[in-house]
This record gives sequence, structure tokens and C-alpha cells, in this order.
Amino acid sequence: MWLDMDLKDAIVRAVVDGLHRAVVYLPKDVKEAIKRVYEEEKSPTAKTHLEAILRNIELAERLGLPLCQDTGIITFYVRVGTGFPAIHQIEEALIEAVRKATSTIPLRPNSVDPFTNRNSGDNTGRYVPVIFWDGFRDGDGLEIVVVPKGGGSEYVSTFAMGVPGKGVENIKEVVLDAVVRAGAMPCPPTIIGVGIGGTADLAMHLARKAATVRRVGSRNPDPHVAELEEELLKMVNSLGIGAMGMGGTASTALAVHIEYAYRHPATYPIAVAFQCWAARRAVVTIEPSGRYEIEQ
Amino acid sequence: MAVYRLVTPLKEEDVRRLRVGDTIYISGIVYTARDAAHKRLLEYLREGRELPFDLSNGVIYHCGPVAVKEGGVWRIVSAGPTTSMRMEPYEHIAIERLGVRMVIGKGGMGAKTAEACKRHGAVYTVFTGGAGVLAAQAIKRVLDVYWLDLGMPEAVWKLEVEDFGPLTVAIDSTGRNIIDEVVKMAVERKKGVLSQEHNALI
Repeated sequence: MWLDMDLKDAIVRAVVDGLHRAVVYLPKDVKEAIKRVYEEEKSPTAKTHLEAILRNIELAERLGLPLCQDTGIITFYVRVGTGFPAIHQIEEALIEAVRKATSTIPLRPNSVDPFTNRNSGDNTGRYVPVIFWDGFRDGDGLEIVVVPKGGGSEYVSTFAMGVPGKGVENIKEVVLDAVVRAGAMPCPPTIIGVGIGGTADLAMHLARKAATVRRVGSRNPDPHVAELEEELLKMVNSLGIGAMGMGGTASTALAVHIEYAYRHPATYPIAVAFQCWAARRAVVTIEPSGRYEIEQ
Repeated sequence: MAVYRLVTPLKEEDVRRLRVGDTIYISGIVYTARDAAHKRLLEYLREGRELPFDLSNGVIYHCGPVAVKEGGVWRIVSAGPTTSMRMEPYEHIAIERLGVRMVIGKGGMGAKTAEACKRHGAVYTVFTGGAGVLAAQAIKRVLDVYWLDLGMPEAVWKLEVEDFGPLTVAIDSTGRNIIDEVVKMAVERKKGVLSQEHNALI
């Protein structure tokens, strides 16, 4: 059994490694989706930029460098094993890992005081990195999903309180409106996360998680919702915004992911979150021995 | 949709020949500038102070790079474009007063910039958003850095580039704005898609 201190250091090491992997290597499902869209795209301008994206992905892998300079504000989704020791040190370890990763990888310092505009210089600050405690898991392991998400895609996040009587039609309106308003800004092709129901904050949380954590190609387990995902993706791509927003037939979005919660009868929260094509993520699993694995 | 290789300082007649959809690779010098740098540029202009760098016939790049200093020398690690719309309130003044000929960014710019491009002979071009390593590969050297007190991403980096691109002309000197046109078309298509839906429900 390791001492608590050793385990804390092990978490830091594992998370720095996870951040490194996340900012350099794009997950396979995302890469494959970009390649598919490149084949399907008919606009020469969009194709030029999709080709540049694919070349950039390859270069980042070969040179071991962050594929996009905007390494974002770091979000962690943490699931703690019921038997994991050193639970009280996880938060501290995550913050330390972000500081360390910022100087060693390096990550761009992106954490700014909203009132004074002071940049902390190490990607930490009040409530930052963003840590979501995502419940417990069986066993004694610790699972951390690492998501560095850029500002361009975050900037166009949308929340609307829909009309309860309008139902699914309202969802389509809100999503398409958000996509048009976002235009070229979130670096299309994007992954669009849609959060329905719950409370206002839960809807946004579901949308953001659906955009960033779910694999491209996965479907909502509810067949009706899965069908709506397919339908919305077709609708979004028919708008013709295309890669980098200069027109395109197939490259406005790679996927639409919907998650939902039950709602209050008087409300209909609809949240839309965008993830850019540089959809970076890594899943770090740490054992009490300090051994860890990284999956993308 | 032609492909051009241009060298800085840019000539007005070369820039006026460019049209939306053209692809450009640029060599020479570009200056990065984001919100804070633009704000300071305008402060200098208002106070009649001399800028520490010359932007006439020059190129502004909307970019906040990741840079590292090794042995006293700066190196750019990753340097893709940032969302240009944040610079919309300032850029037309930079084009008019400082003689900027090309602005590089992503996400599109608005009517004020388009008007300034038309009037003064400038273009707005788009580099592939997120392609930070590809951009860094075309950056040969950091020639200087100004206003580092604004923070690494917000400072003005004077960069020597070679065949920097692909850049797509998104606003040309006739005032055409392709990203704006695409969004307007998308608005129309959205109405079409939703009314089909609506009719299907009735």
C-alpha cells in the first residue's frame, strides 16, 4: 500500500500524462469522422481546410506538440471508486497537475479574472480547472475524463427556455438557430451537444458533456432520441455552413449528441454546446498502487 | 478561385486583385494581435504616440500563440488563429490609420471591416482554425515580441513566416464577405427546413 503522499503524486503524474495525450493526439473516433467528412465534402474551399486539419493532426502526432494552441480551460469529470484511498487529495492533485502540465507540455495560460483581467499564468483560478464529481464507480480505481476545450467553441454556447407545448419542433428550431448564429466561429466541423430538460444548469451540463465526452458514432440508447440525433445532423449539414464557415455540403458538423432529463411541466430547458473539430479528450484510470492507464 | 504566393510588405494592387475564395500562401513578416493588443494600438493612436512596430502594408494575425523561451530565444510551439469577430470594433481603424493590408483570423468579420477593406484596399483571410501546429511549422523565427505585459497570448509577436497558409480570402477589396453570405444563405435554408417540418406536422 502506498502512502497518501505517494498516491497524490501518482495522480498528478497520471493526469499530466493524460493532458499531454489529450492535447497532442485526437481520439480515433474523431479522426475517422473528419476523414469521412473530407471524402463526402464537395466544396473545394471546405476541402482545402479539411485537408489542412488532417495534415495538422498528423504533424501534431509526429512532433508531439499541442495540435491547437488554444488548450482551453481544463474540465475534469471524476468518478471515484468506492474503495479508492486518498479521496481527500484528488482535488488538490488535479489542480497541481494542471499547473505542472501548463509549464511542462506546455499549455497556454487561459485562466483570467473576469473583473481585473489578470491572467493567473498557470490555468488555475477560482473554480478553475472545472471539476465535476460524476458519482462513484465499483472497485478501488479512480477514473478521470480530461477535457481541454477551446474558447472559440465555448463562446457560442446557447441556452433557451423553450415553450413546453411546442415539444420536439422547438428543439429543432433552437438547435438550428444556434448553429446559424455560431456560423464559422466554433471551428466547424463541430460536434453538437444538446441537453434537454432538467433545470437550466443541468441542461447545459448535459449538452456540454454530450459534445465533449461521448464518442462520435455513439447513439443515445433511446431509439427515438437516436433518430432525432440523425435527423438533426442531416438538417444541420443541409444549412451549408461547411468547414471554417465558408460554405460546404457535408462539413458543418460531425455529429449531434442529445442527452435529456425529466423536466418541470412549466419549463422546457434546451441547451446547445459546441465542440470544435479538435475534440480533445482522454480517460485516465488510476489504481491505488499508482499504476494508471490512458484511453482515448 | 486562384492560388497566390505573396510576400510582405504587400502591394495595394496585388491585394486589390484578390477575390473571395482565392487561396494565399504568405511569406515575410506577420504581427499577432488579439483584443488587448488592438485596444492598446488604438490608445497609442488616440494619444498620438509612435508604435514600436510598423504595420503599413503589413499583416495582422489574430492569434495567441503558445511560445517557449529556450536559451534566451523564443520559439512558437502552436499558433492557430483566434475568433476574429472580437476585433471587429477595432480593425477598421487599424486598416485606415495604420495601412494594414491583410488581416488573418478565423470565424469571419463584420460590415465595418468589409467597408474598410473596400475603401483602403485590404483583405480579411481565414487560416484553418485549430491548425496550430501547421501554422507553427510555417513560422521560421520570432523576430521580436512587444507588450508582453499583456500576457503571452495577448502580446504582439513579430513573426517571420514562409508559405504561411492555406489562407482563404473571406473579405475582398470589393467588399464581398463570403462568411456573411454563407450565414445569410443558412438563415434562408433554416427557414426552408423548418417550414417543411411544420407543414409535415399539419
